[in-house]
Amino acid sequence: MESLTFRHTTKKPLSGSVPNALTGVVASGNLEVLLERVLPPDTCEVAVETPIAGYGDVWEAVVADFVARAQPGGIRISINDGGARPDTVSLRLLQGARLMEA
Amino acid sequence: MTLADILASLFPDGHDVTVRDGLVSGSGPFAEGRIAVVGIDGDTPLGVDGALHLSRSVLDAIRAGDRGPILVAVDSDSQRMSRRDELLGLNECLAHLAKALLLADRSGHPTIGLIYGHSAAGAFIATALATRILAALPGANPSVMDLPSVARVTKLPLDKLEEMAKSTPVFAPGLDNMVATGAVHVVLDPGKPLDAQIRDLIAGMEPGDARDRLGAERGGRPVARDVAGAVIDQARRS
Amino acid sequence: MAGDRAASIDPDALSWYEATARQRVVALADPGTVQEFLPPTERRMSPHLPLFDLPRAFDDGIVVGRAALDGAPVLIAAQEGRFMGGAFGEIHGAKLVGLLRAALELKPRAVLILFDTGGVRLQEANAGETAIAETMRAIVEVRAAGIPVIGLIGGRAGCYGGGGLIAGTCSRLAVSEGGRISVSGPEVIETNKGAEEFDSRDRALVWRTMGGKHRRLTGGADAFCADTVSAFRRAALDLIGRAPAFDLETLAAEQARLEDRIARFGDCRDATDLWRRLGVNDPEAVPAMDTDAFDATVARVREADHDAR
Repeated sequence: MESLTFRHTTKKPLSGSVPNALTGVVASGNLEVLLERVLPPDTCEVAVETPIAGYGDVWEAVVADFVARAQPGGIRISINDGGARPDTVSLRLLQGARLMEA
Repeated sequence: MTLADILASLFPDGHDVTVRDGLVSGSGPFAEGRIAVVGIDGDTPLGVDGALHLSRSVLDAIRAGDRGPILVAVDSDSQRMSRRDELLGLNECLAHLAKALLLADRSGHPTIGLIYGHSAAGAFIATALATRILAALPGANPSVMDLPSVARVTKLPLDKLEEMAKSTPVFAPGLDNMVATGAVHVVLDPGKPLDAQIRDLIAGMEPGDARDRLGAERGGRPVARDVAGAVIDQARRS
Repeated sequence: MAGDRAASIDPDALSWYEATARQRVVALADPGTVQEFLPPTERRMSPHLPLFDLPRAFDDGIVVGRAALDGAPVLIAAQEGRFMGGAFGEIHGAKLVGLLRAALELKPRAVLILFDTGGVRLQEANAGETAIAETMRAIVEVRAAGIPVIGLIGGRAGCYGGGGLIAGTCSRLAVSEGGRISVSGPEVIETNKGAEEFDSRDRALVWRTMGGKHRRLTGGADAFCADTVSAFRRAALDLIGRAPAFDLETLAAEQARLEDRIARFGDCRDATDLWRRLGVNDPEAVPAMDTDAFDATVARVREADHDAR
C-alpha cells in the first residue's frame, strides 16, 4: 500500500454546512471518498491509500485539478482506493463536494 | 487421540456410543447421570443427511428433559460440497443443527465441543462452534481453508503466506491459531482422564459468549471485543 | 452521513441489487431516521488487510445502526457486497455481533440483516469464522427474547458460506430473484469436485440451484421480492409481524420439515425436477416468471409457507 498526502490552500471555503459525507465503494476500479469539514476554511487536505504504487504524480494532478475547480476549503478528504482510473477519481471527488454543499 | 481412545477415557465403565457413516451418537454414564454424545468421525464431510441425523439426536436429548450435558465430538471434513446438498438447502440443515445445539444450551444442557481431528468451514460452524465451550485435543486441526487454497484465492505465494502465518494467527489454519482467536476455549491433556477434565469444564462454565474476550486476551483477535463493545455503547447513547 | 442523502431517492425505483449497503439502509428506513454506529468517520478499519497489501474500507464493509421502520424502532445491519465480496472480517463481524447484543438491551421491534456476502474473508479467516459463530449465538438469544431477526437477501454477492448459515438462523427471510443462498458457492464446488459436479459458468444452473425462486418455492425463504428497495421494505414489515418463536416446538417442526424435504426430493437431480414434484405445473417456465406470476405459483405450493425456522 502507498500513502499519499496533498495539502492545498484554497481561495474560499466549500459552501454548505454538511459536516461529512461518503461516496463510492472500495472495489476493483472504484474508490471511497470520505469528506469532513474539519480544517481551517482556506485549507484542503487529501490523503490517499492506494494498492497501486508509483502513480503519485497522477494523483497529484487529479487532486490539484479538483481543488482548482471545487475550491474545497475547510475539507479533509480521505480516500481508500481500489485501483480507480483518474477519471473515476475526479468524478467521485466532485460527487463528494456536491454532497457537502447540499 | 482416536474417537475410541476418547470414549474409553471418558467412559471407563462402558457406553452405547456408535459410529455409522461417520456420524456419532449415543451416551454414557457421567457424574450422577448420563452425557449424550453426538459428532462426526473420520474426516467425514457434513451434508444435509448427516446434519439432520445429528440435530435429531440433539432435539431428542432436549426432549428427554434431564438437562444432561451434550458432548459434540468432531473430526470432520468441511461441509459436503455438492450440487445435491445445495439443492436441498444445506444452509438450512447446518443452521438447524447449530440452532438445536444453541437451544440445548439455552434449555440448561451444558454443551461441550471436543475437536480431536480436522474440521472446517460450515461443518465447523454447525457443530463445534455452536457449543458453549469448545475444547480440543493436541493434534486437532481446525481450519477455515488450508494455506494452498488461501494462496490460490488471495493470489499470494505460498511461501509468503507460510511466513505470514507464523506471526498472524488471524488467518492461518491450525489449532494454535483457533485457540488464539478464542474459538477454542481450552486444550485438554490427553495424558489425564478426560471425564474429570470435562466435568471441570462444565463446573466452570460462565454465562455469555466468552470468545471475543478470549481472542483479545490471547491476541488472536485484537479488536473484535472492543468493536462489539463500542457498537453497544453507541447504541445505548443513541 | 451525507452520502446517504444522495441515496434518498425513490425507493420504488432504487434497485436493491445495484444499490450500495448505505443506500439500501437509508432508502429502506423511514426518511431521516437512520443513525449509524461506528460510522466511516470513526475509521474502524481492518488491522489485517494491510499485511496483504489490500485496501481497507472506513466501515469494514458493513453499516450498522438504528432507524425507524413504519414508526417502529429497528436495528439494521447491511453488508457491502462490493467490498471484499461482503465477507466477514474481524471488525465486520464484530459490528454485527455488537448490534445483536445491543438488541437485547434496546429491545427494538426487530433486527434487520441485509446480507450481501461471500462468507468468511480469507485474509482474516479465523476471526471471520468465529464472528459467524458468535453472530448465530447472538441471533438465537435475540429471537428467544421475542425480537424478530429478519434477513433480506438480494445483493451482488448473494449469501454464501457462513452467511448462508446465519441466514438459516434468522426468524424470517425475504429474497429477490438475484439473491442466492447457499453454503458452498458454485466456484467452490467446481474447484473441489469438478465441473461435472457443478459447472459454475452455467449461470442458469446457479440460479436454479441457489437462487431466490428456488429458495422461496422450497420454504428456504418466506417472501419473494421484486428488485426494489420498497419491495424489500414491504416484505420486512410483513415478516416482522409473523416471526416464529425460537423454541423446541419450532425446531421440532423444522426437523420434520427438512427431513420431509430430503425424503421427497433427495433423488432430484435438478431444481426443475424438484419443482415439478412440488406441484408446479410448468417448472421450465419458473426462471422467466415475473414477480406476480411467480407469487401465484408459490401460493399453490404448500411447502413454501411455514413457521418451522
